[in-house]
Amino acid sequence: MSELPSIAAFPYAGAAVGDYVRILKPRVMSLVVFTGFVGLVVAPGHLHPVLAAVAVLCIAVGAGASGAINMWYDRDIDAVMRRTASRPLPAGRMMPGEALGFGVVLAVWAVVVMGLAVNWVAAQLLALTIAFYVFVYTIWLKRRTPQNIVIGGAAGALPPLIGWAAVTGDVGWGAVALFAIVFFWTPPHFWALSLYRAGEYEAAGVPMLPVVAGARETRRQMLLYTLVLWPVSLAPWLLGVAGPLYGVCAGALSVVFTGTAVRVWRDESERSARHMFAFSLLYLFLIFTLLLVDHLAGAARSW
Amino acid sequence: MDTKGTNERERRMRARNRALLVVLLALVALFYVIALVRVGGGSP
Repeated sequence: MSELPSIAAFPYAGAAVGDYVRILKPRVMSLVVFTGFVGLVVAPGHLHPVLAAVAVLCIAVGAGASGAINMWYDRDIDAVMRRTASRPLPAGRMMPGEALGFGVVLAVWAVVVMGLAVNWVAAQLLALTIAFYVFVYTIWLKRRTPQNIVIGGAAGALPPLIGWAAVTGDVGWGAVALFAIVFFWTPPHFWALSLYRAGEYEAAGVPMLPVVAGARETRRQMLLYTLVLWPVSLAPWLLGVAGPLYGVCAGALSVVFTGTAVRVWRDESERSARHMFAFSLLYLFLIFTLLLVDHLAGAARSW
Repeated sequence: MDTKGTNERERRMRARNRALLVVLLALVALFYVIALVRVGGGSP
């Protein structure tokens, strides 16, 4: 009878705790948590602060789970791209099965706890978000079409809806407006990045728009999406979710965002694309901060 | 595997075990608080 090799003969030391945190994509998670939190705060109605915190925790864990499963599936293309080559899986610091198992357990945990502690509408939306990111974006679209981040962007846009549903138990037009802001913001945000990373995406076989349609067409579509954001960013004001302070500031921010897209259109340097990418992050953060401030100011006035 | 590799494995294992302990204790506290709030009707 052959003996099993000693465990000491197996060179893999197991992943470090930090790598388990890294595969949750904490930076992506922070934006998702913030937009989900704002959706929860501006929704009409009231939720016990502890349950609100649980809802935000579940959104965070669900987002992290999606990130882990995404890293498991994309480990081959992550190894090719400089930006992602040092991630735990392509760098060999974690076994693929560990990442998949970790992601699935966290996803199930987040959905079940959201359902039991908060409500099942929010839990279903969270399950839909995770499933959409994993199956529709990561597995189906990402490697097949330049519209990958347009359609897949719906997954990143759902967290404000989940936050809203955690409070109200349903999805109102205000929540749809928040969804639309993130949805139409996603393409110019990611295409700005892909403009100066096109070579890496091409080497990895990911058909991002600059790779398939060229930089000029990408710049044109980025500009169009920023124009769509003008009315979309004003929707929360028009729907009564936010006041005129929000409306004026959001309008001004959208004009500036379009300004960065015009600059990218005229100036084909990498610097302008990097500038637009950085501003896009600030844009979304400020829009949602404005919603929060406007809502809290309104609540303070009504006391 | 050499001693250095074995030590590294044991160090990581201890770190993972400690992290898991913290997570489990946090879960106990979380479910306790959720239960208190839900039993109390969920209003502040």
